Amino acid sequence: MSQAMPAPTGQVFRTKDLTKVYVTGDIQVQALRGVNFEAAAGEFVVLLGPSGSGKSTFLNIIGGLDRATSGEVWFTDHELSSFDDRALTLYRRDHVGFVFQFYNLVPSLTARENVALVTEIAQNPMRPEEALAIVGLQERMDHFPAQLSGGEQQRVAIARAIAKRPQVLLCDEPTGALDSKTGVLVLEALTQVNEQFGATTLIITHNVAIQDIAHRVVHFGDGRIVSSNIIADRKPASAISW
Amino acid sequence: MMNALHRKLLRDLVRLWPQALAIAFVLAAGAATLILGIGAYESLSETRAAYYERNRFADVFDDLTRAPKIVEDEIARIPGVASVETRIAKIALLDLPNVAEPASAMFVSIPDLHEQKLNLLYMRSGRLPLPGDEHEVVVSEPFAKANHFIIGSTFKAILNGRERTLRVVGTALSPEFIYSLGPYGLIPDDRRYGIVWMREKALAAAYDLTGAFSSVHVKLTRSASEAEVIERLDAILSRYGGLGAHGRRDQTSHAFLDAELSQLKAMSRILPPVFLLVAAFLVNMTLSRLILLEREHIGLLKALGYSGVAVGWHYLEFALAIAVVGILIGMAAGTWLGFGMTRLYAEFYHFPFLVFQTDPAIYVIAAGVTLAAAAVGAMRAVRDVVVLPPAVAMSPPAPAIYRRLLPEAFYAVLSIPQSLTMMVRHLMRWPLRTVSSVLGIALAVSVLVGSLWAFGSTEFMIDVTYNRSERQQATISFVRERPLSAYFDALSLPGVMAAEPYRSVPVRIYFGPFERRVSITGKPADANLSRVLGPGLKPVRLPESGIALSDALAKILHAKVGDLVEVELLERNRRRVQLPVTGIIEGYLGLNAYMALSALNGMMREGQIISGVHLLFDTDRQDALYRRLKTTPMANFIALQRATLQNFRQTLQENLLVMVSVYVTLGMIIAFGVVYNFARISLSEQGRELASLRVLGFHKSEVSAILLGELAILTIVAQPLGWAIGHFFAWAMVQGFDSELYRVPLVVERSVYAWASLIVFGSALISGLIVRRRIDRLDLIEVLKTRE
Repeated sequence: MSQAMPAPTGQVFRTKDLTKVYVTGDIQVQALRGVNFEAAAGEFVVLLGPSGSGKSTFLNIIGGLDRATSGEVWFTDHELSSFDDRALTLYRRDHVGFVFQFYNLVPSLTARENVALVTEIAQNPMRPEEALAIVGLQERMDHFPAQLSGGEQQRVAIARAIAKRPQVLLCDEPTGALDSKTGVLVLEALTQVNEQFGATTLIITHNVAIQDIAHRVVHFGDGRIVSSNIIADRKPASAISW
Repeated sequence: MMNALHRKLLRDLVRLWPQALAIAFVLAAGAATLILGIGAYESLSETRAAYYERNRFADVFDDLTRAPKIVEDEIARIPGVASVETRIAKIALLDLPNVAEPASAMFVSIPDLHEQKLNLLYMRSGRLPLPGDEHEVVVSEPFAKANHFIIGSTFKAILNGRERTLRVVGTALSPEFIYSLGPYGLIPDDRRYGIVWMREKALAAAYDLTGAFSSVHVKLTRSASEAEVIERLDAILSRYGGLGAHGRRDQTSHAFLDAELSQLKAMSRILPPVFLLVAAFLVNMTLSRLILLEREHIGLLKALGYSGVAVGWHYLEFALAIAVVGILIGMAAGTWLGFGMTRLYAEFYHFPFLVFQTDPAIYVIAAGVTLAAAAVGAMRAVRDVVVLPPAVAMSPPAPAIYRRLLPEAFYAVLSIPQSLTMMVRHLMRWPLRTVSSVLGIALAVSVLVGSLWAFGSTEFMIDVTYNRSERQQATISFVRERPLSAYFDALSLPGVMAAEPYRSVPVRIYFGPFERRVSITGKPADANLSRVLGPGLKPVRLPESGIALSDALAKILHAKVGDLVEVELLERNRRRVQLPVTGIIEGYLGLNAYMALSALNGMMREGQIISGVHLLFDTDRQDALYRRLKTTPMANFIALQRATLQNFRQTLQENLLVMVSVYVTLGMIIAFGVVYNFARISLSEQGRELASLRVLGFHKSEVSAILLGELAILTIVAQPLGWAIGHFFAWAMVQGFDSELYRVPLVVERSVYAWASLIVFGSALISGLIVRRRIDRLDLIEVLKTRE
């Protein structure tokens, strides 16, 4: 089991007493109620929890898309909670790869161009063709999103996320819009990238089956981390289905 | 009662108010310019017509040397003549107490014993002179105002060589002198030229015309033929030195007003269509997007049982509601501007009263065409709504198909940034919208080019007229022809450095079926002060023989070099002489004919006779010169070209400034409206992509650059097209301005294009920045949660 754990090269994420309150008019919604979390470099973590449990809010905050109401967020030795908008943008640009449920590709750009969009602004990117080859799409590089299937579009999104060689890969329901077979292909791409590049990978899902491919599974409930368990019997993505 | 669809309509309008208002403003500009143009035109022509009618403005005019009063009866017997007024009209020098320069006035007699029959004075203050009084005068109101005359003020005049002190007893206006322009004048100079009315007996005594007259005005019956009356009048007056009768067309004041009115008409025909066209594009653009966004609502409404026509009508109502807002704004603005503009004109022309023409028909037409423009713009989108099957509408639209414009290799080789690729592909995705936006922005540019050019053109006209052609500082016009020795007298005036004689002879020129009443100007062949310009506006030597025609006159007569024209000498018993056309002269003012002075005198069978002298003088000694000129008995008018140029330039530029400010505002409304709507629609289409880019680590500025880049591409592409259309507008206006009094050269300087583009870029930038604020506020999280 210990061999399955990544080499302890230090913490990538650390949060302390993280809270988030959304205020709309007179209504206050407490989305996070003191989250303490750590993730090591190269770790593959699945975040599970019902809708409204706060996992997406948490991912958005550590991804630099949203700000905490209180508490600390650390990325390596930088305190994200003290970053201004510009610094957060640079953090996303240089360190974070995102994958979303609805792909969020630019419809007017081909697969290759969608990836190039990111490699053009990144510091040490791989070539778009290389990134697309990793997700097995080298044959369909010059297709526009509208000409690709859902699974293919999500793999383009993954290629776009990894092309910058990010330190962290944050995925919010990456298989949510896909059938089981296609979803597995996407998860295979994610595990492969995690192993190959050592990017700390966080996947949000409420699909319990997916937890088996992780090093660790973290359960969210009512704005808190309910449990955090090491997966003893980690499986390859090809071995799961739902 | 308001039904559900109407409530939806209202909410849509409120939700989309900035876009709706931007379109409404463009529509309003169309309605306003229509009401303004036609309204001001009709108000002015009605005012003029009413003024003419009430004050019995004459129809036919003639000046002559001297005829006995008895001839008046003979004229009255011409069939078609309703009434006749004979009088004395002479131009004379004035010595005004507060004006250093020599001034002049047109002295016009009013009958002693009976009321005026024609060209009735509109008294503004005081009273008429007492019959027989030699010192009492009524002066024109603008002249009195410019010289701060009040009742009882006195000034000196040189009548027929004798100085006389005159006392102001009244001020008045006259339909005959609405535009009171002195000889050689370009624009009224009320300080130095006015109209002075005296009792007939007193003026006749001064000019040795007792029992005689020197000017006749005739009013025609409704059925009379003007041409026939002119012919009969000419026949009677030829014995008395008649200079040739003419109708209102050749009456200075009337002709200038006519030119102004036709300019107004020309402008009211160019602008409104431009705005309505742009507005139709905008309606189409906005409604198409709205319908795409509301596809599911449309399907739902149809599924609920609303007919296709009912749903289509709902969206048409959206366009019509915007049009109604535009019409209301346009009517208010058009009426307000129309009143303002008419008042401005009325002040400039000193109309005693104003007839505001608020013909309801104008408003109905304006509302009709505005609604039509909106409906035409909505047509395509509404048709799509009507035919869209509900089942298709309820499912999401097929994803947009993008195409690569160039083979893949080009992108690699050129290393085009993906953001630029996004902009270009998005623009190419909706080519019709892109093209109509480019055209809309181009029209904004063209409205500006089409108005800003006038400044440079005016300067060019001034440069040609005063720096290349009429280079004298002053022109002395003699009371009557004098021998050449008068030229040497002028040379010895204080401060005079150079002088040049000229002669002016009134004639009628005939060529084939065409004829015009003009003056032939005789100049020394090697004239150096008052020069004539040939092709390319280069000074040319007048041919020693034959006649040179100004290009405008040549065009009217259809004559060219080598043709033989016939010249009727109006002052000398109507003798007719045939002359070859030996040159065409360039120029922008009036209709002119030129001969070498010696040839002209030869044709007149007279010796060395001149009508006046052009002068160049030392400005350090101008006070002494002016003092001498003010009291010189030989002159009746002294033009000061250099001094009046400033006045001309100022008046013209002030008038232009008003017009140009209106145009610049309108141009900015178009540019803003087009760019703003385009930007909002583009943002609505690409908001999701732009938010995704922010998530991927693009800065706000980088994301905004994509949308603003699209706007920049549109705006840049629109410029050359706008310049070309603007040049065409300028050309069309030059055609509209063209009159026998003056022509406007078509000179569009580079700075005009630059300014037009700068202003349009400015308003595009403003609308871009407003939309940019929305980009900065894009919700990054929301966009990730929803499917497009």
